[in-house]
Amino acid sequence: MPDLGLEVLLKGKNLARILAGLGVALRISLISLAVSIPAGILVGILMTRRNVVIKAVTRCYLEIVRIMPQMVLLFLVYFGTTRVFGWNLSGELSAVIVFSFWGAAEMGDLVRGAVTSIPAHQYESAAALGLTGIQTYRYIILPQTVRRLIPLSINLITRMIKTTSLVLMIGVVEILKVAQQIIEANRMSSPNAAFGVYLTVFLLYFAACWPISMLAGYLEKRWR
Amino acid sequence: MNWDFIMKYLPLYQRAAILTVKIGIAGIFFAILIGLLCMAVQNLKIPVLRQVVRVYIEISRNTPLLIQLFFIYYGLPKIGIRTNATVCGIAGIAFLGGSYMTEAFRSGMEAVEAVQLESAYSLGLTRWQTLQYVVFPQALSICMPAFMANVIFLLKETSVFSAISLMDLMFTAKDLIGLYYQTTESLFLLVVFYLLILLPVSLAGSLLERRLRYAGFGT
Repeated sequence: MPDLGLEVLLKGKNLARILAGLGVALRISLISLAVSIPAGILVGILMTRRNVVIKAVTRCYLEIVRIMPQMVLLFLVYFGTTRVFGWNLSGELSAVIVFSFWGAAEMGDLVRGAVTSIPAHQYESAAALGLTGIQTYRYIILPQTVRRLIPLSINLITRMIKTTSLVLMIGVVEILKVAQQIIEANRMSSPNAAFGVYLTVFLLYFAACWPISMLAGYLEKRWR
Repeated sequence: MNWDFIMKYLPLYQRAAILTVKIGIAGIFFAILIGLLCMAVQNLKIPVLRQVVRVYIEISRNTPLLIQLFFIYYGLPKIGIRTNATVCGIAGIAFLGGSYMTEAFRSGMEAVEAVQLESAYSLGLTRWQTLQYVVFPQALSICMPAFMANVIFLLKETSVFSAISLMDLMFTAKDLIGLYYQTTESLFLLVVFYLLILLPVSLAGSLLERRLRYAGFGT
Protein backbone atom coordinates (compact mmCIF):
# COMPACT_ATOMS: atom_id res chain seq x y z
CA MET A 1 0.00 0.00 0.00
CA PRO A 2 1.63 3.27 -1.06
CA ASP A 3 1.81 6.17 1.35
CA LEU A 4 -1.30 8.23 0.68
CA GLY A 5 -0.42 11.07 3.01
CA LEU A 6 -3.59 10.72 5.03
CA GLU A 7 -1.78 10.72 8.39
CA VAL A 8 -1.09 14.44 7.99
CA LEU A 9 -4.76 15.10 8.61
CA LEU A 10 -4.54 13.59 12.06
CA LYS A 11 -1.56 15.70 13.11
CA GLY A 12 -2.24 18.60 15.41
CA LYS A 13 -5.28 20.62 14.48
CA ASN A 14 -5.05 19.96 10.75
CA LEU A 15 -8.47 18.40 10.30
CA ALA A 16 -10.12 21.14 12.36
CA ARG A 17 -8.32 23.76 10.28
CA ILE A 18 -9.56 22.22 7.04
CA LEU A 19 -13.10 22.14 8.36
CA ALA A 20 -12.77 25.78 9.45
CA GLY A 21 -11.64 26.53 5.89
CA LEU A 22 -14.75 24.85 4.56
CA GLY A 23 -16.66 27.01 7.03
CA VAL A 24 -15.24 30.16 5.42
CA ALA A 25 -16.28 28.92 1.97
CA LEU A 26 -19.78 28.07 3.20
CA ARG A 27 -20.08 31.40 5.00
CA ILE A 28 -19.28 33.33 1.82
CA SER A 29 -21.78 31.31 -0.18
CA LEU A 30 -24.54 31.62 2.43
CA ILE A 31 -24.16 35.40 2.73
CA SER A 32 -24.15 35.70 -1.07
CA LEU A 33 -27.25 33.52 -1.26
CA ALA A 34 -29.02 35.58 1.40
CA VAL A 35 -28.43 38.63 -0.78
CA SER A 36 -28.97 37.10 -4.20
CA ILE A 37 -32.21 35.18 -3.60
CA PRO A 38 -34.38 38.21 -2.63
CA ALA A 39 -32.54 40.39 -5.18
CA GLY A 40 -33.02 37.67 -7.80
CA ILE A 41 -36.74 37.42 -7.14
CA LEU A 42 -36.96 41.17 -7.70
CA VAL A 43 -34.88 40.94 -10.89
CA GLY A 44 -37.02 38.05 -12.11
CA ILE A 45 -40.26 39.95 -11.57
CA LEU A 46 -38.75 42.97 -13.35
CA MET A 47 -37.82 40.70 -16.27
CA THR A 48 -41.45 39.71 -16.81
CA ARG A 49 -42.51 43.38 -17.11
CA ARG A 50 -43.32 44.60 -20.59
CA ASN A 51 -41.50 47.91 -20.17
CA VAL A 52 -38.87 48.14 -22.95
CA VAL A 53 -36.26 49.97 -20.87
CA ILE A 54 -36.51 47.56 -17.95
CA LYS A 55 -36.35 44.65 -20.39
CA ALA A 56 -33.21 45.99 -22.06
CA VAL A 57 -31.44 46.69 -18.78
CA THR A 58 -32.21 43.31 -17.21
CA ARG A 59 -31.32 41.57 -20.46
CA CYS A 60 -27.91 43.30 -20.54
CA TYR A 61 -27.32 42.42 -16.90
CA LEU A 62 -28.14 38.77 -17.52
CA GLU A 63 -25.95 38.59 -20.63
CA ILE A 64 -22.96 40.13 -18.83
CA VAL A 65 -23.23 37.60 -16.03
CA ARG A 66 -23.74 34.73 -18.46
CA ILE A 67 -20.79 35.59 -20.66
CA MET A 68 -18.16 36.76 -18.17
CA PRO A 69 -16.49 34.00 -16.14
CA GLN A 70 -16.98 34.56 -12.41
CA MET A 71 -13.20 34.69 -12.08
CA VAL A 72 -13.06 37.72 -14.37
CA LEU A 73 -15.78 39.43 -12.32
CA LEU A 74 -13.81 38.66 -9.16
CA PHE A 75 -10.68 40.19 -10.65
CA LEU A 76 -12.60 43.24 -11.84
CA VAL A 77 -13.97 43.91 -8.37
CA TYR A 78 -10.94 42.89 -6.34
CA PHE A 79 -8.18 44.44 -8.46
CA GLY A 80 -10.11 46.77 -10.78
CA THR A 81 -12.49 48.75 -8.60
CA THR A 82 -9.94 49.10 -5.81
CA ARG A 83 -7.54 50.64 -8.31
CA VAL A 84 -10.07 52.89 -10.07
CA PHE A 85 -11.96 54.12 -7.01
CA GLY A 86 -9.08 53.89 -4.60
CA TRP A 87 -10.99 52.08 -1.88
CA ASN A 88 -9.94 49.04 0.03
CA LEU A 89 -11.93 45.84 -0.35
CA SER A 90 -11.11 42.65 1.47
CA GLY A 91 -11.08 39.48 -0.61
CA GLU A 92 -14.06 38.12 1.24
CA LEU A 93 -16.17 41.24 0.68
CA SER A 94 -15.28 41.30 -3.03
CA ALA A 95 -16.29 37.65 -3.23
CA VAL A 96 -19.65 38.36 -1.58
CA ILE A 97 -20.26 41.30 -3.95
CA VAL A 98 -19.42 39.26 -7.06
CA PHE A 99 -21.32 36.14 -6.05
CA SER A 100 -24.38 38.18 -5.07
CA PHE A 101 -24.25 40.00 -8.41
CA TRP A 102 -23.93 36.66 -10.20
CA GLY A 103 -26.47 34.84 -8.05
CA ALA A 104 -29.10 37.56 -8.42
CA ALA A 105 -28.92 37.28 -12.20
CA GLU A 106 -29.14 33.47 -12.13
CA MET A 107 -31.98 33.55 -9.63
CA GLY A 108 -33.70 36.24 -11.67
CA ASP A 109 -33.60 34.05 -14.74
CA LEU A 110 -35.05 31.12 -12.77
CA VAL A 111 -37.88 33.28 -11.44
CA ARG A 112 -38.58 34.63 -14.91
CA GLY A 113 -38.68 31.09 -16.29
CA ALA A 114 -41.01 29.89 -13.53
CA VAL A 115 -43.41 32.83 -13.89
CA THR A 116 -43.62 32.71 -17.67
CA SER A 117 -44.05 28.92 -17.64
CA ILE A 118 -47.51 29.32 -16.07
CA PRO A 119 -49.84 28.98 -19.05
CA ALA A 120 -52.25 31.83 -19.84
CA HIS A 121 -55.30 29.62 -19.31
CA GLN A 122 -54.52 29.52 -15.59
CA TYR A 123 -55.05 33.29 -15.38
CA GLU A 124 -58.10 33.07 -17.62
CA SER A 125 -59.72 30.23 -15.69
CA ALA A 126 -59.13 32.07 -12.43
CA ALA A 127 -60.72 35.19 -13.88
CA ALA A 128 -63.63 33.12 -15.19
CA LEU A 129 -64.20 31.75 -11.68
CA GLY A 130 -64.49 35.31 -10.43
CA LEU A 131 -61.20 35.51 -8.54
CA THR A 132 -59.74 38.98 -8.14
CA GLY A 133 -56.20 39.80 -9.27
CA ILE A 134 -54.71 39.34 -5.81
CA GLN A 135 -56.65 36.12 -5.25
CA THR A 136 -55.42 34.78 -8.57
CA TYR A 137 -51.82 35.37 -7.54
CA ARG A 138 -52.32 34.14 -3.98
CA TYR A 139 -54.14 30.88 -4.78
CA ILE A 140 -53.29 30.01 -8.39
CA ILE A 141 -50.06 31.54 -9.64
CA LEU A 142 -47.80 31.73 -6.57
CA PRO A 143 -48.20 28.09 -5.43
CA GLN A 144 -47.36 26.82 -8.92
CA THR A 145 -44.46 29.21 -9.39
CA VAL A 146 -42.95 28.35 -6.02
CA ARG A 147 -43.17 24.63 -6.73
CA ARG A 148 -41.31 25.05 -9.98
CA LEU A 149 -38.84 27.43 -8.43
CA ILE A 150 -37.75 25.67 -5.23
CA PRO A 151 -35.88 22.70 -6.76
CA LEU A 152 -34.10 25.04 -9.19
CA SER A 153 -33.07 27.48 -6.48
CA ILE A 154 -31.78 24.63 -4.32
CA ASN A 155 -29.57 23.72 -7.26
CA LEU A 156 -28.37 27.31 -7.29
CA ILE A 157 -27.16 26.78 -3.70
CA THR A 158 -24.84 23.97 -4.76
CA ARG A 159 -23.59 26.03 -7.69
CA MET A 160 -22.89 28.88 -5.32
CA ILE A 161 -20.93 26.61 -2.96
CA LYS A 162 -18.92 25.22 -5.87
CA THR A 163 -18.19 28.68 -7.24
CA THR A 164 -16.89 29.82 -3.87
CA SER A 165 -13.78 27.71 -4.42
CA LEU A 166 -12.59 30.46 -6.78
CA VAL A 167 -11.90 32.88 -3.92
CA LEU A 168 -8.56 31.11 -3.51
CA MET A 169 -7.41 33.12 -6.52
CA ILE A 170 -7.94 36.47 -4.81
CA GLY A 171 -6.15 35.42 -1.66
CA VAL A 172 -9.00 34.52 0.68
CA VAL A 173 -7.91 31.87 3.14
CA GLU A 174 -10.50 29.15 2.69
CA ILE A 175 -10.40 25.37 2.53
CA LEU A 176 -8.09 25.07 -0.48
CA LYS A 177 -5.62 27.62 0.87
CA VAL A 178 -5.56 25.84 4.24
CA ALA A 179 -4.94 22.59 2.38
CA GLN A 180 -1.99 24.17 0.56
CA GLN A 181 -0.57 25.48 3.83
CA ILE A 182 -0.83 22.08 5.47
CA ILE A 183 0.84 20.37 2.51
CA GLU A 184 3.65 22.95 2.49
CA ALA A 185 4.22 22.66 6.23
CA ASN A 186 4.52 18.87 6.05
CA ARG A 187 6.58 18.71 2.86
CA MET A 188 9.48 16.94 4.61
CA SER A 189 7.70 14.59 6.98
CA SER A 190 5.04 13.36 4.54
CA PRO A 191 5.84 14.17 0.92
CA ASN A 192 2.67 12.49 -0.30
CA ALA A 193 0.37 14.72 1.71
CA ALA A 194 -0.95 16.39 -1.47
CA PHE A 195 -2.90 13.26 -2.39
CA GLY A 196 -4.59 12.71 0.94
CA VAL A 197 -5.28 16.35 1.70
CA TYR A 198 -6.68 17.24 -1.72
CA LEU A 199 -8.74 14.06 -1.71
CA THR A 200 -10.18 15.15 1.63
CA VAL A 201 -11.00 18.61 0.27
CA PHE A 202 -12.61 16.98 -2.76
CA LEU A 203 -14.74 14.71 -0.58
CA LEU A 204 -15.70 17.56 1.77
CA TYR A 205 -17.00 19.63 -1.12
CA PHE A 206 -18.89 16.58 -2.33
CA ALA A 207 -20.31 16.03 1.14
CA ALA A 208 -21.46 19.64 1.27
CA CYS A 209 -23.13 19.69 -2.17
CA TRP A 210 -24.42 16.17 -2.70
CA PRO A 211 -27.21 16.11 -0.07
CA ILE A 212 -28.43 19.47 -1.38
CA SER A 213 -28.58 18.20 -4.98
CA MET A 214 -30.33 15.05 -3.84
CA LEU A 215 -32.96 17.15 -2.08
CA ALA A 216 -33.43 19.27 -5.21
CA GLY A 217 -33.81 16.15 -7.36
CA TYR A 218 -36.29 14.62 -4.91
CA LEU A 219 -38.44 17.75 -4.76
CA GLU A 220 -38.36 18.09 -8.53
CA LYS A 221 -39.69 14.57 -8.97
CA ARG A 222 -42.26 14.88 -6.21
CA TRP A 223 -43.75 18.17 -7.27
CA ARG A 224 -43.82 17.57 -10.99
CA MET B 1 -5.73 54.11 -20.18
CA ASN B 2 -2.18 53.46 -21.32
CA TRP B 3 -2.53 52.39 -24.97
CA ASP B 4 1.18 51.73 -25.47
CA PHE B 5 1.00 49.15 -22.72
CA ILE B 6 -2.07 47.59 -24.31
CA MET B 7 -0.46 47.37 -27.74
CA LYS B 8 2.73 45.96 -26.25
CA TYR B 9 1.04 43.12 -24.40
CA LEU B 10 -1.68 42.36 -26.94
CA PRO B 11 0.30 39.44 -28.44
CA LEU B 12 0.71 37.93 -24.98
CA TYR B 13 -3.06 37.93 -24.51
CA GLN B 14 -3.52 36.58 -28.01
CA ARG B 15 -1.35 33.60 -27.22
CA ALA B 16 -3.16 33.06 -23.93
CA ALA B 17 -6.55 33.27 -25.63
CA ILE B 18 -5.52 30.70 -28.22
CA LEU B 19 -4.39 28.37 -25.44
CA THR B 20 -7.69 28.86 -23.61
CA VAL B 21 -9.70 28.13 -26.74
CA LYS B 22 -7.58 25.12 -27.70
CA ILE B 23 -7.89 23.46 -24.31
CA GLY B 24 -11.54 24.43 -24.12
CA ILE B 25 -12.34 22.86 -27.49
CA ALA B 26 -10.36 19.70 -26.74
CA GLY B 27 -12.01 19.39 -23.33
CA ILE B 28 -15.49 19.97 -24.72
CA PHE B 29 -14.86 17.42 -27.48
CA PHE B 30 -14.05 14.75 -24.90
CA ALA B 31 -16.91 15.92 -22.71
CA ILE B 32 -19.29 15.32 -25.64
CA LEU B 33 -17.80 11.85 -26.20
CA ILE B 34 -18.19 10.99 -22.51
CA GLY B 35 -21.68 12.44 -22.55
CA LEU B 36 -22.76 10.35 -25.55
CA LEU B 37 -21.24 7.21 -24.05
CA CYS B 38 -22.85 7.69 -20.65
CA MET B 39 -26.16 8.59 -22.24
CA ALA B 40 -26.04 5.37 -24.29
CA VAL B 41 -25.24 3.34 -21.17
CA GLN B 42 -28.17 4.87 -19.31
CA ASN B 43 -30.51 4.62 -22.25
CA LEU B 44 -29.73 0.96 -22.93
CA LYS B 45 -29.94 0.25 -19.17
CA ILE B 46 -26.69 -1.72 -19.12
CA PRO B 47 -26.37 -3.18 -15.61
CA VAL B 48 -23.35 -2.28 -13.41
CA LEU B 49 -22.08 0.26 -15.95
CA ARG B 50 -25.26 2.20 -15.36
CA GLN B 51 -24.51 2.47 -11.64
CA VAL B 52 -20.93 3.49 -12.41
CA VAL B 53 -22.22 6.28 -14.65
CA ARG B 54 -24.65 7.38 -11.94
CA VAL B 55 -21.83 7.64 -9.36
CA TYR B 56 -19.60 9.47 -11.84
CA ILE B 57 -22.32 12.02 -12.58
CA GLU B 58 -22.97 12.69 -8.91
CA ILE B 59 -19.28 13.13 -8.12
CA SER B 60 -18.55 15.31 -11.10
CA ARG B 61 -21.57 17.55 -10.66
CA ASN B 62 -21.11 18.09 -6.94
CA THR B 63 -17.48 19.17 -6.84
CA PRO B 64 -15.91 22.36 -8.22
CA LEU B 65 -13.60 22.19 -11.22
CA LEU B 66 -10.85 23.95 -9.27
CA ILE B 67 -10.80 21.16 -6.69
CA GLN B 68 -10.93 18.50 -9.41
CA LEU B 69 -7.92 20.11 -11.11
CA PHE B 70 -5.97 20.38 -7.86
CA PHE B 71 -6.58 16.73 -7.19
CA ILE B 72 -5.61 15.64 -10.70
CA TYR B 73 -2.60 17.94 -10.96
CA TYR B 74 -1.12 17.90 -7.44
CA GLY B 75 -2.70 14.84 -5.83
CA LEU B 76 -2.56 12.08 -8.44
CA PRO B 77 1.23 12.35 -9.16
CA LYS B 78 1.80 11.21 -5.56
CA ILE B 79 0.36 7.82 -6.41
CA GLY B 80 2.25 7.67 -9.69
CA ILE B 81 -0.19 9.19 -12.17
CA ARG B 82 1.72 12.04 -13.75
CA THR B 83 0.28 14.47 -16.27
CA ASN B 84 1.34 17.81 -17.65
CA ALA B 85 -0.77 20.90 -17.16
CA THR B 86 -2.36 20.84 -20.63
CA VAL B 87 -3.49 17.23 -20.38
CA CYS B 88 -4.71 17.93 -16.88
CA GLY B 89 -6.74 20.91 -18.05
CA ILE B 90 -8.34 18.90 -20.84
CA ALA B 91 -9.03 16.03 -18.46
CA GLY B 92 -10.58 18.40 -15.94
CA ILE B 93 -12.96 19.96 -18.47
CA ALA B 94 -13.82 16.53 -19.88
CA PHE B 95 -14.47 15.10 -16.41
CA LEU B 96 -16.65 18.02 -15.37
CA GLY B 97 -18.34 18.51 -18.74
CA GLY B 98 -19.05 14.82 -19.34
CA SER B 99 -21.72 14.69 -16.67
CA TYR B 100 -23.35 17.95 -17.80
CA MET B 101 -23.41 16.72 -21.40
CA THR B 102 -24.88 13.37 -20.30
CA GLU B 103 -27.74 15.14 -18.56
CA ALA B 104 -28.35 17.39 -21.59
CA PHE B 105 -28.41 14.45 -24.04
CA ARG B 106 -30.53 12.34 -21.71
CA SER B 107 -33.15 15.06 -21.32
CA GLY B 108 -33.29 15.29 -25.11
CA MET B 109 -33.76 11.54 -25.57
CA GLU B 110 -36.35 11.32 -22.80
CA ALA B 111 -38.38 14.16 -24.27
CA VAL B 112 -39.14 12.06 -27.36
CA GLU B 113 -42.49 10.53 -26.56
CA ALA B 114 -43.16 6.80 -26.65
CA VAL B 115 -45.90 7.28 -29.24
CA GLN B 116 -43.27 8.47 -31.70
CA LEU B 117 -41.36 5.20 -31.33
CA GLU B 118 -44.50 3.11 -31.57
CA SER B 119 -45.62 4.94 -34.68
CA ALA B 120 -42.22 4.46 -36.27
CA TYR B 121 -42.21 0.72 -35.51
CA SER B 122 -45.76 0.31 -36.78
CA LEU B 123 -44.69 1.94 -40.04
CA GLY B 124 -42.10 -0.83 -40.34
CA LEU B 125 -38.98 1.18 -39.57
CA THR B 126 -36.12 -0.83 -38.09
CA ARG B 127 -34.67 0.07 -34.70
CA TRP B 128 -31.76 1.93 -36.25
CA GLN B 129 -33.96 3.74 -38.79
CA THR B 130 -36.23 4.84 -35.96
CA LEU B 131 -33.28 6.27 -34.08
CA GLN B 132 -31.86 7.93 -37.16
CA TYR B 133 -35.00 9.48 -38.63
CA VAL B 134 -37.33 9.87 -35.66
CA VAL B 135 -35.51 10.01 -32.33
CA PHE B 136 -32.20 11.78 -33.02
CA PRO B 137 -33.56 14.77 -34.96
CA GLN B 138 -36.08 15.52 -32.22
CA ALA B 139 -33.69 14.83 -29.36
CA LEU B 140 -31.08 17.08 -30.98
CA SER B 141 -33.52 19.92 -31.27
CA ILE B 142 -34.70 19.56 -27.68
CA CYS B 143 -31.27 19.26 -26.09
CA MET B 144 -29.74 22.14 -28.07
CA PRO B 145 -30.39 24.92 -25.52
CA ALA B 146 -28.93 22.83 -22.69
CA PHE B 147 -26.02 21.78 -24.89
CA MET B 148 -25.10 25.35 -25.83
CA ALA B 149 -25.46 26.46 -22.21
CA ASN B 150 -23.00 23.72 -21.27
CA VAL B 151 -20.51 24.77 -23.94
CA ILE B 152 -20.56 28.35 -22.65
CA PHE B 153 -20.37 27.13 -19.05
CA LEU B 154 -17.33 24.95 -19.82
CA LEU B 155 -15.54 27.69 -21.75
CA LYS B 156 -16.10 29.98 -18.77
CA GLU B 157 -14.80 27.31 -16.42
CA THR B 158 -11.46 27.30 -18.28
CA SER B 159 -10.72 30.50 -16.35
CA VAL B 160 -9.53 28.44 -13.38
CA PHE B 161 -6.64 26.93 -15.37
CA SER B 162 -4.25 29.54 -14.02
CA ALA B 163 -4.37 27.63 -10.73
CA ILE B 164 -2.41 24.78 -12.33
CA SER B 165 -0.04 27.31 -13.92
CA LEU B 166 -1.35 27.12 -17.46
CA MET B 167 -0.60 30.44 -19.15
CA ASP B 168 -4.21 31.28 -19.91
CA LEU B 169 -5.93 34.69 -19.92
CA MET B 170 -6.40 34.88 -16.15
CA PHE B 171 -2.77 33.91 -15.60
CA THR B 172 -1.56 36.58 -18.02
CA ALA B 173 -3.73 39.26 -16.44
CA LYS B 174 -2.66 38.39 -12.91
CA ASP B 175 0.98 38.26 -14.00
CA LEU B 176 0.85 41.70 -15.63
CA ILE B 177 -0.95 43.23 -12.66
CA GLY B 178 1.73 41.83 -10.38
CA LEU B 179 4.66 42.87 -12.60
CA TYR B 180 3.71 46.36 -13.81
CA TYR B 181 0.78 47.42 -11.66
CA GLN B 182 -1.13 48.40 -14.82
CA THR B 183 -4.34 47.04 -13.36
CA THR B 184 -6.88 48.87 -15.51
CA GLU B 185 -5.20 48.00 -18.79
CA SER B 186 -4.61 44.37 -17.88
CA LEU B 187 -8.21 43.89 -16.80
CA PHE B 188 -9.50 45.75 -19.87
CA LEU B 189 -7.62 43.34 -22.15
CA LEU B 190 -8.87 40.40 -20.08
CA VAL B 191 -12.51 41.41 -20.49
CA VAL B 192 -12.08 42.17 -24.21
CA PHE B 193 -10.53 38.79 -24.91
CA TYR B 194 -13.16 36.87 -22.97
CA LEU B 195 -15.85 38.79 -24.86
CA LEU B 196 -14.12 37.91 -28.14
CA ILE B 197 -14.20 34.23 -27.21
CA LEU B 198 -17.62 33.94 -25.61
CA LEU B 199 -19.82 36.46 -27.41
CA PRO B 200 -19.64 34.65 -30.79
CA VAL B 201 -20.36 31.33 -29.08
CA SER B 202 -23.34 32.80 -27.29
CA LEU B 203 -24.70 34.36 -30.50
CA ALA B 204 -24.10 31.18 -32.49
CA GLY B 205 -25.93 29.32 -29.74
CA SER B 206 -29.08 31.43 -30.00
CA LEU B 207 -28.94 31.15 -33.80
CA LEU B 208 -28.62 27.35 -33.68
CA GLU B 209 -31.45 27.07 -31.19
CA ARG B 210 -33.72 29.03 -33.49
CA ARG B 211 -32.73 27.00 -36.56
CA LEU B 212 -33.24 23.71 -34.79
CA ARG B 213 -36.57 24.51 -33.16
CA TYR B 214 -38.66 22.06 -35.16
CA ALA B 215 -39.44 19.43 -32.55
CA GLY B 216 -42.51 21.11 -31.10
CA PHE B 217 -44.79 18.67 -32.86
CA GLY B 218 -48.18 18.32 -31.24
CA THR B 219 -47.56 20.75 -28.42
